[in-house]
Amino acid sequence: MNNKTKVKVENLNCFYDDFQALKDINMEIKSKEITALIGPSGCGKSTFLRCLNRMNDLIEGARIEGIVCIDDYDIYQNGTDVVSLRKKVGMVFQQPNPFPKSIYDNIAYGPRIHGIKDRSRLNEIVEKSLKNSALWEEVKDRLDTSALDLSGGQQQRLCIARALAVEPDILLMDEPASALDPVATSRIEDLMKDLAENYTIVIVTHNMQQAARISDRTGFFLMGELIEFDRTETIFEKPAQQKTEDYITGRFG
Amino acid sequence: MRKNFNEELKKLKNEMLKMSSIVEESIYDSVEALKNQDLNLAEKVREKDDRIDEFEKKLEEKCIQLIALQQPVARDLRTIIVISKVVTDLERIGDHASNIALMVENIGQKKLIKPLIDVPRMTEIVNRRLRDSLKAFVEVDVDLAQKIALEDDEVDKLDEQILRELLTFMMEDPSTIGQAMYLIFISRFLERIGDHTTNICERIIYMDTGQRDEY
Repeated sequence: MNNKTKVKVENLNCFYDDFQALKDINMEIKSKEITALIGPSGCGKSTFLRCLNRMNDLIEGARIEGIVCIDDYDIYQNGTDVVSLRKKVGMVFQQPNPFPKSIYDNIAYGPRIHGIKDRSRLNEIVEKSLKNSALWEEVKDRLDTSALDLSGGQQQRLCIARALAVEPDILLMDEPASALDPVATSRIEDLMKDLAENYTIVIVTHNMQQAARISDRTGFFLMGELIEFDRTETIFEKPAQQKTEDYITGRFG
Repeated sequence: MRKNFNEELKKLKNEMLKMSSIVEESIYDSVEALKNQDLNLAEKVREKDDRIDEFEKKLEEKCIQLIALQQPVARDLRTIIVISKVVTDLERIGDHASNIALMVENIGQKKLIKPLIDVPRMTEIVNRRLRDSLKAFVEVDVDLAQKIALEDDEVDKLDEQILRELLTFMMEDPSTIGQAMYLIFISRFLERIGDHTTNICERIIYMDTGQRDEY
């Protein structure tokens, strides 16, 4: 599997005021693969993830240096339309965060914002998104009920469907299963595997077994540096760096 | 960190070393039994094989348990996989020692057709290699493991030499055929023990480097 590069990060530095959260990161994320980012709390992996759709712009004092190219387009260049960038690069968070609206309206929200008003077109998008997030069968008869009545796992799949509804290329997932039970977790993991056939997925996870189970490549971050980035088998069978070894075997300290 | 896991792994390693010292003793005793035509000792070696089998079973279970419960990765995972492979090699070596003892019983009290020279030499090399390979495991010494792996040629040469010599005995005097066959088997069992030791060395190299090299 040697897909083409979807995201190319060169010499990326990120600062929160005086604090340097990312130090000279270079990484190539391949198209239609799952890339997992692991590392201890505060290592910069979530910051890195948020650099990929300019979510850090929303944080006061955050400053970026370096280049992040998506499909050969530098997303930090002047004149970048951040809204359409975030349409292209969707995000799913740790806590399922459905809007306090119906299931249908949660999914239709994005497409409506992007100008789709036609009811039958919206119906199509809702059905397709829910099918792609493996939720359709469970909710198709109650699309007008509140999304908040769904279970945690269902809510998370709803959030994935909501992200899919605006037809992104890339899905960023920040600990998408850490608030879920093992059954819901494995549903999300199966779903990610299916989604990777059409989308490029980058996931931040604290659960190393999860990274090992589902990802094609794994990057290990430590104190703002990308220590090692390689095929997942290599990282978990014979990592090249002692720091990686110490972390994944739990001897970190 | 991971104190519990590290202690379990240490215990597992110690049990494997215990197993290897019993196996080593079995090889030594089986050839001692041959030298002294001591049928009691031969029987003891064969009885001890059950204990070695038990060890293999118990250690393999422990490896599976550690993998299932602790989800080891990288070096930890390689170490556990290597232990589970090495105990299988040790168990096979134990079988060969037991087979040698069986040949000793077959030879019985009949006078040996020739003084034993090469078999004890081979045994000495085989036992030293096994002992050193376990030392290489404990000290994670890849250089030593490579050196021991390469020494297998010496064992192979002795095995061929024994075969050639005994062939001449059999051609000269067909009445020696029975015993000569048993001695050839013994030599071949020792040679197989040497091969298993080479396997162990290859595993140790894999444990440290993650690379599989064939010797």
